[in-house]
Amino acid sequence: MSDSQGPLWEVFVQKKSGQPFVHCGNLHAYDKEMALQNARDLYTRRGEGMALWVVPSDAIVSSSPEDMGSFFEPANDKIFRHPTFYQIPDGVGHM
Amino acid sequence: METVNFENVFEAKLAKNDFIEPKDWMPENYRKHLIRQISQHAHSEIVGMLPEGNWISRAPSLRAKLVLLAKVQDEGGHGLYLYTAAESLGTSRDEMLDALLTGKAKYSSIFNYPTLSWADVGAIGWLVDGAAIMNQVMLQRSSYGPYSRAMVRICKEESFHQRQGYEIMTHLAFGTPAQKEMAQDALNRWWYPTLMMFGPPDRESPNSENALKWRIKRETNDELRQRFVNQTVIQAEYLGIEIPDKNLKWNEARKAYDFSEPDWSEFKNVIKGNGPCNKERLLARNKAHHEGEWVREAAAAYGKKLQENKIAA
Ligand SMILES: [Fe+2]
Ligand SMILES: [Fe+2]
Repeated sequence: MSDSQGPLWEVFVQKKSGQPFVHCGNLHAYDKEMALQNARDLYTRRGEGMALWVVPSDAIVSSSPEDMGSFFEPANDKIFRHPTFYQIPDGVGHM
Repeated sequence: METVNFENVFEAKLAKNDFIEPKDWMPENYRKHLIRQISQHAHSEIVGMLPEGNWISRAPSLRAKLVLLAKVQDEGGHGLYLYTAAESLGTSRDEMLDALLTGKAKYSSIFNYPTLSWADVGAIGWLVDGAAIMNQVMLQRSSYGPYSRAMVRICKEESFHQRQGYEIMTHLAFGTPAQKEMAQDALNRWWYPTLMMFGPPDRESPNSENALKWRIKRETNDELRQRFVNQTVIQAEYLGIEIPDKNLKWNEARKAYDFSEPDWSEFKNVIKGNGPCNKERLLARNKAHHEGEWVREAAAAYGKKLQENKIAA
């Protein structure tokens, strides 16, 4: 939603190099630079991050909660996708 | 096709301690309750910058000034986290700010009391942030996802707030007799207003029932107030200053302190706008808002230009 504060952005922080970027909240800003600076001031005042992503909120596509069940259903009956589905004999070491 | 009963899905989520997210179906009253609660919480963070801001320019040392600046800046940040959490429910920043600036919206009654001495800055960190933390720790498990996540972040930041306040109190309480007197005076004035922060007693708390039913809150006002008293007594004892309550006494049977209730008529009066600083706070917020108008206008003009260039390109 856009009001006197500019459009909404989602902020993602990477805690340490090599780690995934994790969503931490949102903010308002008029452009990328402003969004990045605001994100730094708002979400990383205590060294919470090594790197930041800011993404316009309306660029995010999300699954809809109403059909959550059917949307994720294809995965439900495929237990063979899990390592525990398989029998490995003793004595062959760690696998 | 099967039709989904949204109300049942919502109730089932609550029963499982799952979180409700912005796009989930929710009862209209749940949404309304949250918008009211979260926006009031945001306003409290913002107005809460004023009593302490009063002492930034007069902090007794550079260290004290840096700490206080950092704390007040955190509170501004808390306000921003909370405003966007409320916006995810369909209200806008403009609407919320308008309600605050016109005096329609409420914020915590505690910020309508004056900060008369440096000891008040200590007492606020120790007592007011202490009480806020107690409430916010509970709200980390609130059923609305964005609110709960904002609370987790806020609680991480809050712990320094209370500790810096208590540190100020220790300096004063173990300082000269005049300093100790300041610490005592601050405790005398802030004790009951702090107890009021947890809200009206359970027997007459109009919004508690729904808040508990929907798991927006997990504990009642009186439960939190009692826990706060239990935790704080030993801290006052260490400082060698006295909580201004003749009825304060350990109750072995309850394993809790008995204590006097605050004057609820004073509480109601402050909420109604008649506290010592209500007018001053509202004026200060309005002044800041108007003085920032040119910045918002310039930013909006810049945003509009960006939009136009994008369309032209
Ligand atoms: Fe805060
Ligand atoms: Fe705080």
